[in-house]
This record gives sequence, C-alpha cells and structure tokens, in this order.
Amino acid sequence: MLIRNLSKPMLAALAFMLAGCEGGVLDPKGQIGIDEKNLIIVATLLMLIVVIPVIFMTLYFAWKYRDGRDEEIYAPKWAHSTAIEIVVWVVPIIIVIILGVITWNSTHDLDPYKPLEHDAKPVTVEVVSLDWKWLFIYPEYGIASVNELAFPANVPVNFKITSDTAMNSFFIPQLGSQIYSMAGMATKLHLIANEPGTFEGISANYSGAGFAGMKFNAIATPTAGDFDAWIAKVKQQGNTLDVEQYKQLAEKSENNPVQYYGSVQKGMFNYIVMQYMHPDSNMKSMGSMDSMENMEGMHDMGNMKSMSGMEGMDHTQHMQHMTYMDAEQHSGLSSSTHSTTEHSSTASGEAE
Amino acid sequence: MSFLGKLTLESIPYHEPIIMVTLAAVAIIGVIIAALITKHQKWGVLWHDWLTSVDHKKLGIMYIVLAMVMLVRGFSDAIMMRTQQALATNGAAGYLPPEHYDQIFTAHGVIMIIFMAMPFMIGLMNLVVPLQIGARDVAFPFLNNLSFWLTTSGAVLINISLGLGEFAKTGWVAYPPLSELAYSPGVGVDYYIWALQISGIGTTLTGVNFIATVLKMRAPGMKLMQMPIFTWACTWANVLIVASFPILTAVLGMLTLDRYLDFHFFTNDGGGNAMMYINLFWAWGHPEVYILVLPAFGIFSEVFSTFTSKRLFGYTSMVWATGAISVLGFIVWLHHFFTMGSSANVNAFFGVMTMVIAVPTGVKLFNWLFTIYRGRLRFTVPVLWSLGFMVTFTIGGMTGVLLALPGADYVLHNSLFLIAHFHNTIIGGAVFGYMAGFAYWFPKAMGFTLNERLGKASFWCWQIGFYVAFMPLYVLGFMGMTRRINHTDNPAWNFWLYFAVVGAFIILVGIILQFVQLYVSFRDREQNLDTTGDPWNGHTLEWSTSSPPQFYNFAQLDPVTDIDAFTDMKEKGTAYQRRETYQPIHMPKNTASGIAMAACITAMGFAAIWHIWWLAIVGFAGTFVLFLLRAYDNDVDYYVQPDEVARIENAHLDNVARGR
Repeated sequence: MLIRNLSKPMLAALAFMLAGCEGGVLDPKGQIGIDEKNLIIVATLLMLIVVIPVIFMTLYFAWKYRDGRDEEIYAPKWAHSTAIEIVVWVVPIIIVIILGVITWNSTHDLDPYKPLEHDAKPVTVEVVSLDWKWLFIYPEYGIASVNELAFPANVPVNFKITSDTAMNSFFIPQLGSQIYSMAGMATKLHLIANEPGTFEGISANYSGAGFAGMKFNAIATPTAGDFDAWIAKVKQQGNTLDVEQYKQLAEKSENNPVQYYGSVQKGMFNYIVMQYMHPDSNMKSMGSMDSMENMEGMHDMGNMKSMSGMEGMDHTQHMQHMTYMDAEQHSGLSSSTHSTTEHSSTASGEAE
Repeated sequence: MSFLGKLTLESIPYHEPIIMVTLAAVAIIGVIIAALITKHQKWGVLWHDWLTSVDHKKLGIMYIVLAMVMLVRGFSDAIMMRTQQALATNGAAGYLPPEHYDQIFTAHGVIMIIFMAMPFMIGLMNLVVPLQIGARDVAFPFLNNLSFWLTTSGAVLINISLGLGEFAKTGWVAYPPLSELAYSPGVGVDYYIWALQISGIGTTLTGVNFIATVLKMRAPGMKLMQMPIFTWACTWANVLIVASFPILTAVLGMLTLDRYLDFHFFTNDGGGNAMMYINLFWAWGHPEVYILVLPAFGIFSEVFSTFTSKRLFGYTSMVWATGAISVLGFIVWLHHFFTMGSSANVNAFFGVMTMVIAVPTGVKLFNWLFTIYRGRLRFTVPVLWSLGFMVTFTIGGMTGVLLALPGADYVLHNSLFLIAHFHNTIIGGAVFGYMAGFAYWFPKAMGFTLNERLGKASFWCWQIGFYVAFMPLYVLGFMGMTRRINHTDNPAWNFWLYFAVVGAFIILVGIILQFVQLYVSFRDREQNLDTTGDPWNGHTLEWSTSSPPQFYNFAQLDPVTDIDAFTDMKEKGTAYQRRETYQPIHMPKNTASGIAMAACITAMGFAAIWHIWWLAIVGFAGTFVLFLLRAYDNDVDYYVQPDEVARIENAHLDNVARGR
C-alpha cells in the first residue's frame, strides 16, 4: 500500500528517465512487473535523499576548502564532534529502517511462490530448461511446446520450473520476476499479463555455448478464446511427447525453432524431475505417472525446510528417500509407508 | 594413459589466430625483457635482490607488478567482450564464437578479482602496513615470500591456459552442474580450480601473517586504537581473509573430488545438489568483495587526512564502521541468489541485512566529508582518485541497495544492471583506491614522485571512461539485457552497446597513460627525487623513513603516543633524531625456498589439470621435501652491525637536512 501511494506522484517526476526503455523491465505489462518497477522507483528516490547531498557536499567541500583559500577556517586538529557523529549514524539508520520495512513488506507481497489473487482460474505451465531451449508442458491440456509460451491475458499463470541440464533462469522481463530452473527439483513462479501482447522470454542465467539463443516468445492472447485456438492449433500436431521423444528433444541443440507436441505422456514433468533421484524411483515414477499428478513441487525449497525437522539423516539422502517413499505411497504400492504422511500432507497443503 | 596424460599437440589452439598472435606478442616481449636483463647484467640482481627476497617492501612491489601485468591481460579480455557485443548486434555473429567468448568472460572475472585486484591490494598492504606500525618486517617473512609465489603460481597456470588447452567456459563463479564433468569435460574448469586453489592458499597465509604482524609487532607504545587507519582497514580485511578463504578452499576441494574421483557433491545425479556450491561460493565471495574494498577505504582515509593537512575525522567511528562492515559482510551472501526460490522470510532477512551495511558505509563517507571540512585540500593525483571515488561509489552503493531489495532483484538479477553495479563499486571503490594508494606511496617505494600531469590525465580518462562504459549498462539492464550473451538482436540495445565500447577505449587510454607516466617519471627521476622520505608532509610512521626505506625499516623508535605518530614527532621536535649509538638489528636472510616450492606446486597443478599423474606426484613430493629442508634450515637470519646502521641512518638524516 505504502509503495502504491508513494509511487503515483513520483512516477510522473521520473517519466523522463524512463523514455526509451521500451520493452524492458521499466515497461512492464503485468501486475508483478508493474509493482516491481514502482518499488525500484520508490527505493531510488528514497536513496537520492542521501546520495544527492553526499555528492554535492563532496564537490562543494573539496572546492571550498581547497589549498590556498586562506580566508576559510583551518582546523587541523579538529577530529571529533559528537553532534556530527550522531547525525551521520542516525540519518543512515533512519533511511535504512524505512527501506527495511519496504523490503520486508515488498518481499512478501512479491514472493514468486505466492499464488496471485485473481478471479480467473489460473493456467498451469510446467517449464523445463534444456540445452539450449525451453520446453513448456500444459498438464491441463495434455500438450507441449518448445520456445513458445501462450496464455490468456488477465489470467494468472502458475509456473512450475525445472531443468534437465545446467541451471538456467526463467525470465520474461516485461512480466516481472525470474526464478532459477534447477535439475532434480521444481521451483515456482506466478505471473500475470495485464494486457495482450508478445513478450520476449529469456534465460537469465548463463548455461553454456547455446545460451544466447535460448529465447522464446511469451504470447498473452487477448481472450480465452484465442488461447483455446492456440491450444487447438498445437493439438493438431500429431506427435506425442513421450519419454523417447523427450530424450531426442533433450539432446543439445541451438536456436531451436518453435515446435509443438499435440499430446504429452502424463506425468512427463515428474519424470523429468525424478530422473536424477534415487536410481529406483526413476522406473517407479514412470510406472506410476498417472497417479502422481498432484505431487510435484515436493522438491522445492519450501518443502526442504519442512523436512529438516527430521534429524539424523543426511539431507540429500533424506530427500531421495522421501521421494522414493512418496512415489510408492501415491502409486498405491505401499499404503503403510512409514513417516512420510506428515511430509506429504505438508506438500499437499502448499499445493495451490 | 599416455606419458603426458591428456596433453597432446592438439591441445595448442593453433587454429585460433587471436590467441596465436597474442602468444607471439608475449613471446617477443619476453625475449626483449630477457635480452635487456642480460645486456645490463641484471640476472643476479633479479635473483638475489628480488625473486628470493623476504623483504615486505620488495614483495609488495612484486605483487603490484604482477597486478599490473594481469590488469593488461584482464583488460584485453574486457575490450574483446565490449567489441564483440558491439559487433554482434542485429543477429550478427561477431568475431568471437561462444567457444572463445565464454572463456574470455570467465577469464576476465577471475583475473580481475583474483589476479589483479587481490595482488594490488596485498601489494600495497605489504608495502605499507609494517612501515605504518613501525615494524622491521612482517611476523613471518619467509611465509610472506611463499604467499607471493603461490599467488604467482596461480597466475602462471591461468596464463598457460591461454596457449595450452582452454580456460573454463562457466563464468567466473563456475556454478555446477555446468562446471561438472557432464557439462564441462575439458581442462578449462581444472585450470580454474587449480589456479584459484593454489593462489587462495597463498592469500590465506597472507591473512594469517598480517594478523600476527599487527598484533605482535607494533611499535613500542602503539595501542591497537592508535594504529593508522589503513592498517586497521587491512586488519579487518585480513580477518575476513582468514575467515572466508578456507570456505573457498573447501568448496573448490569438493568440486575437485566431483571432477576427479566421481564424487557427487554438486552433480545433478547421485544425490548432488548445486545449491550447496552456490551458497558456499558466496559465503566466500561476498566477504571477498569487502576484502577488496576495505583496504581501499583505508587508503582514502589516509589520502584525505594527509592532503587536507588535518587529522582524520572520527577515527574511532571509522574503525568500528569498518569492523561492522566486516561482520555484516558475512551474513548477506544469499543476496547473490534471491531468485533461487528461498522463502520470502529468508529473502527479506538477507535483503535487510544487506541494507544495514549501507549504514557504516554511509558513516565512512560522512567522515571523509568532515575530514575535508575546514582542511586545506591539495588537489594531487591521489586526491583526484579519492574524490572520484566518493562520487562514483555513492552511485554504486545506491544501485547496490536497489539490488538488495528482493522485489527489485527479481527483475534486475543477472542483468547488465548488475554488471554495471559491481563494476561501479569495484572500479569506483577498490581500483580507484588502489590507484590513489599507488600514487600516494609510490615515492616511498621507489624514491621519486610520479609525474602529476600524466597522472591527472590518466585519472580523467578512467573517470570519464568509467561513466561512458558503465552507465549504458545500467540502461541495458533496465531494457532486459542479461549478462554473458554472445550476440543480440534487439535494435533498441545497439546504441547503448556502441556507447559502452567507446567508454572501454577511453579507459584503455587511461591505462596507457599510466604506463607512459611510469616511463616518464622513471626517465625524469633525477628531477623528482624524494630525498626527505616525506614528500606529502605525512602523518604516519612510514614517512619517517627514507624513500625507499632502509631495508631494516627503523633503526630505533621512540614510544608512539598519538594516532598521527609522525606528525606528533615532528611537532614535538623528536623526528629525525641523530643517535649516538645503535643496537645490532636482527634480519631474515633471503631464500630460494619460496620460489622453488611454488615451482613444484605449479608443476603439480599443471600435472593435475592434464592428468599427468607421475608429474603430479613428483611436484607434490618436491614441495614437501623443500618444505622439510626449509623447516630444518637454521641459517635463516643475520645481524646488521651498529656501525652499518649508523652509516645508513646518518646518510638519510643528512639527506633530510639538505632537503628541508
């Protein structure tokens, strides 16, 4: 609230600064991006309260007290003043307290993991970074695309993000926040486009030779109907993204053209996440893909914290262990699994 | 396994014209230097007086020479990157394919931080700290020599990678899994590991050495809270070194195990977790930037107080502000990866902690301001660098606080805004500080002052070049351009990319002018001799010695009673005392052990990189045997006799009397 109230008059004042920044993070088209831009402006103006006087005083003092100006007071032994000391400690402390409050609140408001409050039902997209392209899986529609992302404007999009290579960062500058993609785990991001348009999407974390070409178009369609038309267009493609097709796709390639998969084997995203886990869980998860739809995200960092309550086990081993057992439990292979109940309830509690 | 491991003729990149021309140029320069040394019959001097020296002043000079050589290398990388990005617009490929370009930006980062900034800082610290506290040398002079050669060993390895094999293509942070065998099967990451590991151990030893030095070897009467402010800043930096470099050693060790022995600390598979590396890397990496910048802060304090002919304002505040920055610097590392998916509470905590650092930093800025206030500021070259710093660093600090806001970082992370920010603080903070310190202490080290005109010209090129080169990067960051991109096709970015490359060339002129300044000053040294040892009317003890100082630094010191010890002596009239008698002075002997051990370690590192296992064993065994030989060597010291001390002291005092 504070940010929004403060930002309106300041926005006007800074309009000239932003001219020529079309298409970047200062030209946001989604609510998250707009809030982040306002935050940048407010914080910058707050800091200028100190920065401008410091720069001015530096140049002014240096000029005023330059050698040869004997009319100015010269106090070679003057080295302490309690009053000045108090001011120079207290002023920065006050500014940092204000900034700290803004930081605390805005970090919670803009938490990438926080689902957006909106009337429309969100679209879920599962994102996989590969060498060197992006795979987008639409679990609700059973389709997938490479290097093209579509969703309706004014509808929240829930991203689940993983990697099947080095770490990348999933980023659509004009919509706001980015989040790392990392193998063996799923991170989350929630974005919305406030208006239709085609926005550039990139990887914002260097991942090897083909990194510069790792771009995609993020298309916010004007209406839900247009989005459905896009889905239908993708569905017309006969090919299916199954494990075999996926392995072909995951081979190294650069500057990939847009590609569509009319159908996707169920549980594909889980398969991609799980393949680095326990040697056995790979097969198990493939065998039980259908029943595993609701358990992604268990490797995200939030859940790792809930696991840390269990002592005496190596963290990583622990994670594999849990994965393995959860897979069993969900697939109905072993309904009497031990201590996993507590964890899986946490996981489902966090699922949106 | 062949006799030479993975090393073959194919390891030489002879099909890369840029590299081959560079190597040819380096070879020619090397031959010319060797010929000049032979012609002037200086090989003996080089070996006996420099390479085997344990004198902190000579080691300091050698560190700075190393830093300048590596500055040329690192800056060549910078120019190549800027020109590549300026040429590879609108979808053009430019002249550097990713294969080459990715090595360049990795090498640029590693060289500038580990092999330019660190040796420069440690060089100045070596040169000045023992003199400022009135010590004869550091606590462990041989260890100091070894530290220097270990740093050089790392620099040698990274330079070998240019002509033999490749360097890492991972970015200077070498994040796994990209730096693991699965994604980087070549020798590049191994060069990275061994170069950093060996030089890092040298740095850790330096930290230990200097902490022992300031704790045990201060002049009689000098309390901790009377140490000169530069020494205090270095002390905090050394605390950070000792606390943080072992983390680097450990994390590189784990990466080594992953790559050499099939461990799985950070791999995608086998239960590895790259997030561990990223946390550990920055647990070292963030304190590292304060290690670079705190001594620079100390230099600005010295420069302002000397050239305003005034006491430093708020000495106690300065010491504690620096300490606060050191402690806080350890609990902010997560701000390097707000986008990794930590919870809002965690991100907010690290964001707020980062901003808290702005408080002690702000206090320091104000204290410098009030040091100028009611002073008599002489606009010398060190003062120009310091004023340039105050303006530039303030802007860098502001953009840093912005990046510390998680909500802002989510869109600015890894963008060119970040690149602009950290160059803004590392160039505008650390490098400007080293340049100020270089001009300030140069006469002390060499015995003559630097040419002022060329120094000022160089400063203005750096200052203007910096703004022209990096302000466009802030804009490009806002426009959504991310770092480490080989080519672009966004027409809106082109103008700013062209703008930035101009700035890089202006800085290049600044660097060239600095070398011209060195040449001209050396040529005209007879006119610029510093005969008194106190060219700036300095406050602290280093100015009480001759320039260059007597090899034993101080014959005898009266008890110190003031922070500005030398000013105090000058005012009381106790400076430049002629003494009737002198005591014998206990001095360490020069030794070839350091350079020999480092040579063996270099061989070991090189062998490990290329999997030449017999050589690795020989190198390691050689190091160990040399270490034992040194440990059991009793012929390590000697005494300077009183009559020689008297002769040297009287010569200095005669010079002073003539000069004043």
